[in-house]
Amino acid sequence: MKLSQYFLALLCPIILLSSCKKSTDEVAADTKSTFSIEFENQVNGSPLVLNTTTYKNAKGEDFKINVFKYYVSNIKLSKADGTTYLIPESYFLIDASKAELTNITLKDVPTGNYTKIEYTIGVDYARNFAGAQTGALDPINGMFWTWNSGYIFVKLEGTSPQSLAPGNTLTFHIGGVTDPNNTIRTFATEINAANPLRIRTDGKPNMHFIVNAAALFTGKTDVSFATLNMTMGGANSVIVANNYANGLFRLDHIHN
Amino acid sequence: MLFLSIALMYACSKNEDEVTPEEKKITFSVPANFPTPVYNFEDNKLSNAGFALGKKLFYEARLSADKSVSCGSCHQQFAAFTQLDHKVSHGVNNCQGKRNTPPLFNLAWQKAFFWDGGVKNIETSPLNAITDACEMGTDIQTIVAFLKNTAPYPDLFKQAFGSTEINSQLILKSISQFTAVLVSGNSKYDKVMRKESGVSFTSAELAGYNLFKEKCTSCHAEPFFTDFSYRSNGLDLVSTDEGRSHITGVASDFGKFRVPTLRNIEYTSPYMHDGRFYSLDEVLEHYNSGVKASANLDVQLKNGILLNTTEKEQIKAFLKTLTDNEFIKNTLYSES
Ligand code: HEC
Ligand code: HEC
Repeated sequence: MKLSQYFLALLCPIILLSSCKKSTDEVAADTKSTFSIEFENQVNGSPLVLNTTTYKNAKGEDFKINVFKYYVSNIKLSKADGTTYLIPESYFLIDASKAELTNITLKDVPTGNYTKIEYTIGVDYARNFAGAQTGALDPINGMFWTWNSGYIFVKLEGTSPQSLAPGNTLTFHIGGVTDPNNTIRTFATEINAANPLRIRTDGKPNMHFIVNAAALFTGKTDVSFATLNMTMGGANSVIVANNYANGLFRLDHIHN
Repeated sequence: MLFLSIALMYACSKNEDEVTPEEKKITFSVPANFPTPVYNFEDNKLSNAGFALGKKLFYEARLSADKSVSCGSCHQQFAAFTQLDHKVSHGVNNCQGKRNTPPLFNLAWQKAFFWDGGVKNIETSPLNAITDACEMGTDIQTIVAFLKNTAPYPDLFKQAFGSTEINSQLILKSISQFTAVLVSGNSKYDKVMRKESGVSFTSAELAGYNLFKEKCTSCHAEPFFTDFSYRSNGLDLVSTDEGRSHITGVASDFGKFRVPTLRNIEYTSPYMHDGRFYSLDEVLEHYNSGVKASANLDVQLKNGILLNTTEKEQIKAFLKTLTDNEFIKNTLYSES
């Protein structure tokens, strides 16, 4: 008898508290939910179609894309009050040839209104030199250099009549984390405060990004395939990374 | 403070690993004259089953493209895990690689791997051999599929990691349980350094040790007989192998290679990154009279290292005290 009274006394405020929270629009600090990000791969506004469609770079040179893969990692969300949440173990490999890999789901994110998102294009310094990894970072994905440890952050392969490489190939393997050829770039974008990313227990928003593959070849330096058609780390990779740092991703809209 | 806690953690894990009644427990033992290792099994808990699986994979020739080459084909125990008599590595389809196979021991103290330091973690260092067309000539997908379909591998993975799941991470972690446990620290030199009773240098060995300290330790530093730096010792005026600059892209690193360990040197012939010298006599004669003025030649070697016949014999006598027969003959590391 006494014991159950005790329990009741304990329970009451808990029930009160939680009902309290629900009645207002405020979100409880300790609830978590899910959101997703869709990466829609394009080339200068047209859908990216591998192997067949011909595109033009900023120099007006024709090219086709056979492979387009890139890492998005260390996703960080910020609220208007400046508080941030770094999503732990957030490493994703987006592969244009695998539709299921262009839409990523982020679980266990504290509910709330977020007004900024940022992430690494590539993989942070430490993981490039860490021991054997699995998941998105598994070397089986063909994004790890075995002779010079580290990940390929962005991989674009294709062809261009202007390329002087055998078979007119384009080989852009961008990576490397040590100066002067560090290619780690961070992308950040503000989210319209009127329509923030609203993560709720009963709402799983989707962010829609447009990814422009042609951004590798323009922005800071217009790339001509006659002079640059192959890079696997090094100074030329830095040129490409500086191009895509700002131009690769654009937040198009959010479905809350 | 940080150091202390690491040291404590380390001591703890060591204790855990020590006691088992039935079979001999595989341990990672740090010789008293060695510093704290870089790789400490923190994210790869050492177990008998993990080691046994790693060793089996190390000696598994069916992993290679033509099923003829295992890690153990190039890294042979009787040669301290280098490839005896091969100037450069010899892989699938009789393909000749471009570099001499390094021996495998004391890897847990290395921060970088390969002659040019391109690989940064012991766990990822087998990947290049697996995928190189000239070494094992295969890929991880094929290896994972083979292991999933080949008894007793699923059971061995279960014993080692608690699940029949097989992926590249577990393959690499188990291989590292084998390769990182390879410690060579029981040579005569080590016993003399640790003042173990009844062991002392002969007068020739001692004279050789003193000459070595005077002329060689600035690069071949004790106790690993390398300072793990990248240097040119003047093998060629212009090296055909870029060496370290292939990794750094820096011109002043052209033709530089990691200073190799000299432990077990008696058994690791041929010598240098391209295996050009078959005997220690040739190596010593190189330092005495053959050093070429390569662009990035180490300043210490600009006049070579003059050595007369007696000195050469004394240095050779000392170098042979670096042979660790207990390591080379340890059946724990042999193909079973
Ligand atoms: C065809 C011969 C060959 C085979 C097979 C081979 N290796 Fe090697 N290994 C080499 C060569 C050559 C190097 C040095 C490469 C370089 O410096 O560019 C090396 C380097 C290494 C290193 C780095 C050693 C150091 O001190 O830097 C490790 C560790 C290693 N191999 C482990 C393995 C494992 C594990 C396997 C099996 C999966 C394997 N190797 C298969 C030839 C081989
Ligand atoms: C200035 C640094 C330096 C000094 C001093 C030096 N070495 Fe070396 N040694 C090297 C380097 C670097 C290599 C590897 C070169 C290569 O393969 O391109 C090497 C290779 C060797 C090798 C071949 C090892 C193997 O496994 O291939 C032996 C043996 C050797 N040195 C012995 C000596 C002796 C004995 C002395 C002293 C008389 C000495 N070295 C002095 C830098 C040095």
